[in-house]
Amino acid sequence: MNLNFTAQEKDFQQEVQQFLQEKLPKGIAEKTKNALHLSKDECNVWQKILHKQGWAGINWPIEHGGTGWTPTQKYIFANECAKAGGPDVIPFGLKMVAPVIYTFGNDEQKQRFLPDILASNVWWCQGYSEPGAGSDLASVRTTAVKEGDEYVVNGTKTWTTLGQHADWIFCLVRTGEPSAKNQEAISFLLINMNDPKITVSPIITIDGRHEVNEVHFDNARVPTVNLIGEEGKGWTYAKVLLTHERTGIARVAISKDRLVQLKALAQTSPDGDNKLIDDAIFAQKVAQVEIDLLALEYTELRTLSAISTGQAPGPESSILKIVGTQIIQAIDELYVEAAGYYSMPFVPQQFHDDFDGQSIGPDMATNSALRYFNNRKASIYGGSNEIQTNIISKAVLGL
Amino acid sequence: MDFSLSSEQQMIQDSVSKFILNDYDFDTRRKILASATGFSQENWHFFAELGWLMLPFTEEDGGLGGSMVDLMIVMEEFGKGMVVEPFIATAVMSGGLIALAGNQVQKDDYLPRIMAGELQMAFAYAEPQSRYQLNNVKCSAIENKGEFVISGQKSVVLNGHHADTLIVAARTSGQTNDHNGISLFFVDANHPSVKRTGYANVDGHQAADIWFDNTPTLGLLGEQDNALPAIDNIIDKATLAICAEAVGAMQIAHDRTLEYTKTRKQFGRTIGSFQALQHRLVNMFIEHQQAKSILLMAALKMDSNNGHDAKALSAAKSRIGKAANLVGREAIQIHGAIGMTDELDVGHLFKRLTTIQFLFGSTDVHTKRFAAL
Repeated sequence: MNLNFTAQEKDFQQEVQQFLQEKLPKGIAEKTKNALHLSKDECNVWQKILHKQGWAGINWPIEHGGTGWTPTQKYIFANECAKAGGPDVIPFGLKMVAPVIYTFGNDEQKQRFLPDILASNVWWCQGYSEPGAGSDLASVRTTAVKEGDEYVVNGTKTWTTLGQHADWIFCLVRTGEPSAKNQEAISFLLINMNDPKITVSPIITIDGRHEVNEVHFDNARVPTVNLIGEEGKGWTYAKVLLTHERTGIARVAISKDRLVQLKALAQTSPDGDNKLIDDAIFAQKVAQVEIDLLALEYTELRTLSAISTGQAPGPESSILKIVGTQIIQAIDELYVEAAGYYSMPFVPQQFHDDFDGQSIGPDMATNSALRYFNNRKASIYGGSNEIQTNIISKAVLGL
Repeated sequence: MDFSLSSEQQMIQDSVSKFILNDYDFDTRRKILASATGFSQENWHFFAELGWLMLPFTEEDGGLGGSMVDLMIVMEEFGKGMVVEPFIATAVMSGGLIALAGNQVQKDDYLPRIMAGELQMAFAYAEPQSRYQLNNVKCSAIENKGEFVISGQKSVVLNGHHADTLIVAARTSGQTNDHNGISLFFVDANHPSVKRTGYANVDGHQAADIWFDNTPTLGLLGEQDNALPAIDNIIDKATLAICAEAVGAMQIAHDRTLEYTKTRKQFGRTIGSFQALQHRLVNMFIEHQQAKSILLMAALKMDSNNGHDAKALSAAKSRIGKAANLVGREAIQIHGAIGMTDELDVGHLFKRLTTIQFLFGSTDVHTKRFAAL
């Protein structure tokens, strides 16, 4: 048993550090560190820099332009990025639809879609949830009826993150007979959003932000060649994707960096004649989250160590999403507490691409409450934490 | 980074695990608890025979390695059987102090007898007023014609009643709270000036309150006036041991509870089919996994830092205390009334998981220590 990186892994760590120092634009790093809004352009700039380096497709197979990194390399990269302020890539193309395309798509689809995803030429969004289907995805009602070499799509998708910027949407749609069993009638369809029969309407969330949307399909026509795999298998493909890639799901690296910054902040924030960190109760709350995060980091490392030594990840990997989101939310809450009165002023300009950085009160206070509000979503999306708990109960505990 | 066990470690784990499974079932343990000594001398010799008492010591001291990971492996298995033999008091704490602070003569005198299972020892450090402050020592050692005599009281000394020799922390200079001025002494536990009140703790472990009245010593252990660093170090090592024990006990508490919910029927179906209980069982599972992870973190960090890493250790004790609390309580609650009975092992796991939270520093004390470091 040991904690050490190998010489090659240490070299890799240095390479990543050097890359971030030289190539990560300072403005993007600063915004990321302060958890501020990044424009679509800034997201593109960063992914294109990664792509040029060959590091955009972290989980992708090498033959499609992926890195082929080991789990330990991915862990190192995530940690160095978080420390340096390298933002997360937008996941919908790179991490969500691409694995479905390279795993279940045909050669034509791979050639047509993958290079543009890797290079950030085309933006994707996810069409899973519907007004009547949230955690219960198997009950989607959007229909795709075959007419010749086209599907005619009708229905509504919702909670579509960044749908206002997306060129394409990947959807779970109902293709089978209405009498077919729920899951067996669901198919996985790629849809070009450049179609007047598709309309996107914004949903403003509690943080005052336009991040999610409703997407309406009114007799939209989609070529049948855009179907992934077979009709009726969409549910299987989506599920494989949900359970496939666990590295990074706990977002330990980002939480670690957020805590380091929170502690630095508490050491300088005045509390009358004292500093905030001198408040025993606040310090204790910070310590408890830090300890829980340390435990989670080793839960992730246990998974990683198992994979690197050629074993299957143990049952501990199933808790990563639940505990990871609990910790993200606990840290956000501590930032609000640290901001005190200045957690209250509402600065909606911060979500505009041309925000001049003018905040009310200390910089860190600007989005403390809004981030806390926004991240309540973390325990809801991707299968709510209650659904995750059901999954562990069934799959791990055998109940 | 590689968390897999070496083949030697795998062998140790297998042999302790086999012993717990075959020779330390719940009924056997009950008989041991009801016996005159409260632990099994026969088991103790068996531990010595299999070399388990050599595990906490380096090869240089005649032992088998002495890494924190080794200790963790043994204690996690011991936790599964709720082993009451005084492994921590004699081998980890007393033997550990001698290995850490003793001179060669003392090492040659004591360590082989400890490893052979021939000597029972106890470390007397806590006092009624000290709670978890290791520097708070009232018990005094006064020098008279070149010989020290000890006076004062020591609280809840693990294995204190059955020990042949005690190691006593006493103040040789300064005030009660001073960090300097504490020294360690060997004391003959059977000396007439030593009064011992032995008892069993609620978890079945043997302990004693001990009074010294001008008691002569068998010699100074380590440097005079400067014993606190060694005490700190060895209490942390013992803390890692009970953390590992808790992780083992939590696993069994969870396993038993899970099995029970799969067979116990109410309202015409197994209670494990109720979502209210499923989610509680998953929470227990999460707590156990997080506890296991942070234990591993502490053991590895201590090993890569010469056996001592106070911050890592306190993180582990804090997190594991929280987990032990939840897992213990939930095991009882989910079992329902049967969990309240003395005849089921779950209640005994709960009791040990409770005392571990308050042994060697409570959850809050370690959270505070972590934050301050």
